[in-house]
Amino acid sequence: MTFSATDFFLILPELLVITAACIVLVLDPVLRPSNKDSLVWVSLGTLAICMGLTASQMETHASIFSGLVVIDAYGTFWKLLLYFVTGLTILLSYSYLKEEQLYFGEYYGFILLSLCGMMVMVSATDLLTIYLGTELMSLSLYVMAGLKRKEPRSLEASAKYFVLGAFSSGILLYGISLLYGATGSTRLPAIASTIATQGFADPLLLFSTILLAVGFGFKLAIVPFHMWTPDVYQGAPTSVTAFMAVASKAASFGAFLRVFVEGLGGVKADWSAIFLLLSLATLVVGNIVALVQTNIKRMLAYSSIAHAGYALIGVVAAGRIEHSSGIASVLLYIALYTFMTFGAFAIVAMLRKGTIEGEEIEDFTGLAKRHPLAALLMLVFMVSLAGIPPTAGFIGKLYVFRSAVEAGMAWLAAIALLFAAISAYYYLRVVMVMYMRDPIDGTDPAPRLVMSPTLSLVLACAVAGVVIFGIYPNPLVSLAQHAVLTLK
Amino acid sequence: MTGFPWLTALIILPLLGAVAVFVVKDASVRLTALSVTIADLLISLPLWWLFDATSGEMQFLESAAWIPSLSINYRLGLDGISLPLVLMTTILMPLCVLISWHAIETRLRSFMAVLLIMEGAMVGVFTALDFVLFYVFWEAMLIPMYLLIGVWGGPNRLYAAIKFFLYTFAGSVLLLVAILVLYFQGGHTFDILALSRQTYALSLQTWLFFAFFAAFAVKVPMFPFHTWLPDAHVEAPTAGSVILASVLLKMGTYGFVRFSLPMLPDASRLFTPLMAALSIVAIIYGAYMALAQADLKKLIAYSSVSHMGFITLGLFMFNIQGIEGAVMQMVNHGITTGGLFLCVGMIYERTHSRQIADNIGLTKPMPRYATFLVIFALSSLGLPGTNSFVGEFMVLVGTFLWSKVATAFASLGIILAAAYLLWMIQRVAFGTPAPHMLHKLSDLNQREIATLLPLAVLIFVIGLFPNPLLSRMHTTVERVIARTGPSSPQQSSDQSVLGQPMLSQNDGLISTLNVVRASTVHPTGSLPLTDTQGERP
Repeated sequence: MTFSATDFFLILPELLVITAACIVLVLDPVLRPSNKDSLVWVSLGTLAICMGLTASQMETHASIFSGLVVIDAYGTFWKLLLYFVTGLTILLSYSYLKEEQLYFGEYYGFILLSLCGMMVMVSATDLLTIYLGTELMSLSLYVMAGLKRKEPRSLEASAKYFVLGAFSSGILLYGISLLYGATGSTRLPAIASTIATQGFADPLLLFSTILLAVGFGFKLAIVPFHMWTPDVYQGAPTSVTAFMAVASKAASFGAFLRVFVEGLGGVKADWSAIFLLLSLATLVVGNIVALVQTNIKRMLAYSSIAHAGYALIGVVAAGRIEHSSGIASVLLYIALYTFMTFGAFAIVAMLRKGTIEGEEIEDFTGLAKRHPLAALLMLVFMVSLAGIPPTAGFIGKLYVFRSAVEAGMAWLAAIALLFAAISAYYYLRVVMVMYMRDPIDGTDPAPRLVMSPTLSLVLACAVAGVVIFGIYPNPLVSLAQHAVLTLK
Repeated sequence: MTGFPWLTALIILPLLGAVAVFVVKDASVRLTALSVTIADLLISLPLWWLFDATSGEMQFLESAAWIPSLSINYRLGLDGISLPLVLMTTILMPLCVLISWHAIETRLRSFMAVLLIMEGAMVGVFTALDFVLFYVFWEAMLIPMYLLIGVWGGPNRLYAAIKFFLYTFAGSVLLLVAILVLYFQGGHTFDILALSRQTYALSLQTWLFFAFFAAFAVKVPMFPFHTWLPDAHVEAPTAGSVILASVLLKMGTYGFVRFSLPMLPDASRLFTPLMAALSIVAIIYGAYMALAQADLKKLIAYSSVSHMGFITLGLFMFNIQGIEGAVMQMVNHGITTGGLFLCVGMIYERTHSRQIADNIGLTKPMPRYATFLVIFALSSLGLPGTNSFVGEFMVLVGTFLWSKVATAFASLGIILAAAYLLWMIQRVAFGTPAPHMLHKLSDLNQREIATLLPLAVLIFVIGLFPNPLLSRMHTTVERVIARTGPSSPQQSSDQSVLGQPMLSQNDGLISTLNVVRASTVHPTGSLPLTDTQGERP
């Protein structure tokens, strides 16, 4: 195995992120508390530089480190999205951690480490490298989920996440080893060419495909591998939840699509059938269970499960037709999902009832009177999550369902849309308590929203994405379509 | 044709107004909203004269690429069916602002913004020529209406708002699937005109017909999907009721005539008996329910179900009288029922009750109010000389050509309408008032008269001179019928005979009636076929 200097130059963003993570970890103990804000700026600055570097790689297509990693438009798309989400998470955390009186310098270090893992996931073309990226991402998230050390729920979330995460990693690894047994390689291009020459008859191949689907199913939180999601999303600090719901899901989709399209494209009829069942189950369970949630973080957890189901429809369609439009619709869907979900979590994070975090949907009662603007933003996010035009959520659904209809599955689109109508009920319930109920006077402290400049920035980015891409999605669409061209 | 983007201006202006009401001073919020709606009306009025009635083509076309990767375009246009509906919308909106002048005190800015957003979306629905653009406007209506009912509504508003939302949203999701299926079957385009020129297999048409039906029938609302309507009307603030009854319901019937009939002609013909049956059930059932109501708003809500039945009945008759009558009735119902809801809103502001029992004998204390109420009620029951008479009569004539039995049953609706409306008037206007009510009722002030007068004038103008309206929609309706193809030679001969005099004569009601009568006298098809036959594709 030989490395050249170019290889290192091409993974400069990853190296920078790792370096920044180390700098943050080292500086944290030696800085005076008053100077610790500088860690935030170090992290954000790194992201800005990486964003520039990665954006310049948009037209690059290079397989490096003997085929372990590829720098292509597909990976670049996800990386840009991940930088954006990480930047928002850091901005949100800056206010959130102060409000919660949590302070750990490691926090920003772990976010960056996790980001690095995600970047490896979306650009690796070797199953073991993808696995390493997944583990780096997950291990950092396990720690971050348990950040509220004094709160049992946070610790429970962390432990639960760790156990199930380790379990799913094991399954993933098992699938990888079986696939290695069936095809003799862990490199995706080699696997693809072996399948193309050998045919699909090998039951080992099918079995390993199933195991990989299950392993990724846990990471993507699709039914029936979603059980950890509500507890973890609820228990983890809200800024971490937002990061998990958006960034970790995006990175998992990135790796998942690459493995199944590039590596297992030869058996796409088989995995398309598997994901058809999984997406239906995900839509049904995610949307129905969300109806009865009273805690907004749990509700959003089930909503994120349901949204993975919608995105999976694009994957199913991609398995039936020429893949590019189906996969592009998934990329677009996840990118648009990012804005609305992150925005919703940002509002939840900063909602306070007295001094504690307002997590119940009831805690939003009368928000429209106290914070009309925040309520309006939450309304926009909820409407977008429900997929009502003219918001980003509608555009995402339009593209996904278009692929489904193109693949001859209008019935699937119809079912999914009926569940979208059901989902409108629980999204609108938030709108209802915000706008149509008056706060009960008396003992209950009225909810308030802690505004800060960084939170305003986060919300402005999120709502701009939801509204602008809802009306004019073309830049994002062409980016996604360009990205999938490099996926073979 | 001028190059001015009339339709975009009509849509954009209220949306800008919705932003403007948040930045102006507290005292001028109402005035800003009123000026914006009046400005919108003034922009829309020239269209009436600029519109070329002899052409059935889309006019005032605007086109721009919107989402090229899905070949979705921003295309707007106006034809003889959408022109009256757009004008009806722009005429009603200033009245909605006026009626809310004092009725709405809480969150006034948001209220006016919601009204203005809805105006933009409603005009968009009636003018969109791209199916996805249409769907965007169609759905964009939902959240503002949900908020309007839920925030400013009555005591049971939460239930009514979510019921309205879920019914209409669930109905319209299938529409999106149908749109996407049409995209792939109709040559990878969302262009409504191009899609209307394609022919589709009957089995596909059947599926699409029911997908369209789910969306449009809930909106109309046709029996048995009407149950959201009384709840929504009762709880909504007056302006909300007016928009709901006058414009929102028309979006459903507009959907039928713009999409179901031209795009799916075979399926539409196949399901004509079903549609006619549901319409007649709605006519009679709605009327019976209206008879039993003690709440004025509920009474009018059920009368809407009944009247909308006439419209859907006329649309599926596939003859010029039926469809033209139906389109006319869309406008008429908007004017008349809008007026009735405004009247109810005014009395509610005074007595804080919508119960008939609490509002008895208003002629003495409020003579002007009673006059308007009686005018609107008489128009609603289809008295000759008022607008609804022309429309309903044409629908019944159209139905007569299809089935005499159906006409007989549908006519029951008119009799029942007379029953429930006259009974309502007898009590509300001419009953013996409770003594404690009398002294605190003040008659209509100038603002309220200004709110009602335009509609009352329109009732008589359209009732006595329907031809300016009919002539503008005539060519368009003919094209719709041509598209759906003749069902029997007998009907097509009637149409061709009828078509000529309708256009040539324009001296009011009498000529229209003569024409209509002429067609009923010769239903046997003894008249020779004219060249209309040859124009059909």
